[in-house]
Amino acid sequence: MTAAADAAAAEPAIVLAGLSRYFGERTVLREVSLELPAGQTLAVLGRNGAGKSTLLRILATLLRPHGGTVTLLGEQLPRHAWAVRGRIGLLGHEPLLYRDLTGRENLTYHARLHRVGPDRVEQVLAAVGMERRADDPVRSLSRGMVQRLTVARAVLHEPSILLLDEPRSNLDPAAGELVEPLIGRSSGITRVLTSHDPQAALAEADLVLALNAGRAAYVGPPSGIDEATIKALYA
Amino acid sequence: MRTALAILRKDLLLERRTLETIPAMAMLAVVTFIIFHFGLNQNQVSGQLAAGVLTITLLFAAMLGINRLFVAEREQGGFDAFLLAPVDRTAMLIAKATALFLYLVVLELVALPAFALFLAPPHLGSSLPGVLLILLLSDIAFAVIGTFVSAIAVHTRARDLIGPVIGLPLLLPALIATARGIGPLLTQHASGSPPAKWLAVLALYDLFNALLAYAVFDFLLEE
Repeated sequence: MTAAADAAAAEPAIVLAGLSRYFGERTVLREVSLELPAGQTLAVLGRNGAGKSTLLRILATLLRPHGGTVTLLGEQLPRHAWAVRGRIGLLGHEPLLYRDLTGRENLTYHARLHRVGPDRVEQVLAAVGMERRADDPVRSLSRGMVQRLTVARAVLHEPSILLLDEPRSNLDPAAGELVEPLIGRSSGITRVLTSHDPQAALAEADLVLALNAGRAAYVGPPSGIDEATIKALYA
Repeated sequence: MRTALAILRKDLLLERRTLETIPAMAMLAVVTFIIFHFGLNQNQVSGQLAAGVLTITLLFAAMLGINRLFVAEREQGGFDAFLLAPVDRTAMLIAKATALFLYLVVLELVALPAFALFLAPPHLGSSLPGVLLILLLSDIAFAVIGTFVSAIAVHTRARDLIGPVIGLPLLLPALIATARGIGPLLTQHASGSPPAKWLAVLALYDLFNALLAYAVFDFLLEE
């Protein structure tokens, strides 16, 4: 490893310092702070409405922070959002695929937006096992197949950070295995992960952020959070 | 420009596959001509009346297209996908305005024969190049203002209202210039060439709005 690569690896991929976000008068995130080193996985835990998806949308540059600072890959948001767009892969609740286009047409469109060649489209289609159904309209596919295409869309441009909101929802175990090298721990990509299954998320995490009504109830290693705290989070 | 082409290609492919916008626009135009035919109880209209009927009908049909311009983006996450990409935001303006312009041209290919059939304006054939020139300039205004307004409306809850409420006042100069430019071409003694004054108004209006939309469109897509 070169000195530059060492320095890049040592630099945190994500730094949140006092991040707050409001929707009208409602506080969705309140003074959340953490640092996530490159290549590691942050698991964000919390019940519905705790602020998990809002945090992911801020990190994806789709929402502006209202307080504190957010630094992604060394660039401060939202001022330098343009510098990190294209280095982020978002796998959220919405597949971001046009229902009346085929999987291949959708990925080709995204590839054009991200200046990625057509070879990469075929590569990710094969990686998620969708070559045979790639020319079917998305609206004719099962939820699991749409989720596999969504994974392909999220990693198409080889992002440096993956934002994963319930990434394995609708995937059967075989499909989960299939996408593991793309979005799993073995991908080596810096990941921010939310899941309805806290135990599964903890098993993948290097760092845990537990959100309770927008506040950071816990920030630290997975070994430091106990069963009672987790139960209280989802109570 | 490559990004704009990618979006335009995607939009035209979606329209070709779903046929959700252009057929509805064309049908509305034809039905409106039929209503005018029976409502006015005339087989032939001429001059400013004919120009007014044509302009109003095209406006109604265009509003339909404007309201649907960003529907797929809003309902299927196209906005987020676009905003995640490292691309110039004005590519969306260029692509959507071009798509709307093309929809309007196709609409007019259907609407003008229907206009001739139901309301038979005099000298439409000999004045056709002039009428088409004015309509093309008018289409640019509709495309630019329509895209601009639609991008504002799409983020609001009252999006179906916002389009007409903001769009119609902004389009007024173009509508007046279109009607006043076409009127003299549809009279009994039409010269065949459109009035230079109204052509100039339309061209300047197009230029001004295109520059304005280009300057501020980035901010419309921001949260």
